[in-house]
Amino acid sequence: MGLSAVTVLGVDRPGVIAAVTGSLADCGANIQDSTMTLLGGHVAMMLLVSGDLDSAELLKRLRAPDLVVTASAIEARRHFCEDGGGLGYVLTVHGPDRPGIISAISAVLAADGGNITGMSTRLTGRLYVLIADVELPKEVDVAALMRRLAAVGASLDSEITFRPVEPDLL
Amino acid sequence: MNERSKQTIRRSSERSERAIRHGTPREVLTAPHPLLSSVAEPVDPTDPVVVAAAADLLATLRHESSTTGLAASQIGLRLRLIAFDTRVHPRGRSSAGELVVANPRLARASHWDHGREGCASIPGLTADVLRATRITVHGHLPGTGEAVTIEADAFEARCIQHQLDHLDGLLFLDRVPGALSLHRRLHSCDA
Repeated sequence: MGLSAVTVLGVDRPGVIAAVTGSLADCGANIQDSTMTLLGGHVAMMLLVSGDLDSAELLKRLRAPDLVVTASAIEARRHFCEDGGGLGYVLTVHGPDRPGIISAISAVLAADGGNITGMSTRLTGRLYVLIADVELPKEVDVAALMRRLAAVGASLDSEITFRPVEPDLL
Repeated sequence: MNERSKQTIRRSSERSERAIRHGTPREVLTAPHPLLSSVAEPVDPTDPVVVAAAADLLATLRHESSTTGLAASQIGLRLRLIAFDTRVHPRGRSSAGELVVANPRLARASHWDHGREGCASIPGLTADVLRATRITVHGHLPGTGEAVTIEADAFEARCIQHQLDHLDGLLFLDRVPGALSLHRRLHSCDA
């Protein structure tokens, strides 16, 4: 059973999700992970799909005139509850909007081997907000990284908070 | 909060209310205004300047009908003053009524839970934020300077903690638990 990464882009309207997932169900494809959001009136969807059909066949079945769809076979790596060797953090940046905020912040994280595992940004009025889930290698000097992030934040006139993710195991 | 505490707050707040009756609504600052990221200064609650500031804060809260709480920094004053009134909020349980508190200090916090909140200074966004749902806060009433203790739960506790964060230059954005916890604002039932 193969795994395919499917992306769907299109103008948002009621029924887009139903159409895509209905086509997948008709193919006997199983949606393992998915995420979806609206950006500027467009729907953006990414799905990890398993099933008997290969990616080319999936693409044929999902083709729709008002949607841009891609499907490609992937070697998915999944690690549930394994010792992944990383530490989870949440990064928050907020300040006046300007070009280059994401690239500046992500470059600081990347220099220490930090991996952004989830991110959302929003612009509301003049305020630009970035929230990112970050995984850091255990050996990273977090205090030094926070100082570097704070310096970059100050150069962007932005406030930055960087804190360990709240444990949600009860 | 027991009935006696409620009556004490009510009597004290009525005396305080007389002292800060004549305020003027001010403009609510919106992020990224730098004052919203600054730490507020402790105040003398009997100082006429502070009493006037408390009056303006209360007048602004009354004027901003969709807001249940405000901190002085939101109206451009770097003073440790907060105002709140959650009496009519649908998620409210405890209610100390309409209150302005000087130098509020969180003494006890327990029963943590995530809940949606927004901010008058951040129009357009809300987030799921972890807050204590039971708190005890000590402070003083502007005007009389009387000490006051507030025991709050549910939404009132969330609202007060949100205002306390403002006094330390923190916005609810600084407490968002993850990338998927930030939302476009869909409703107005927020702190």
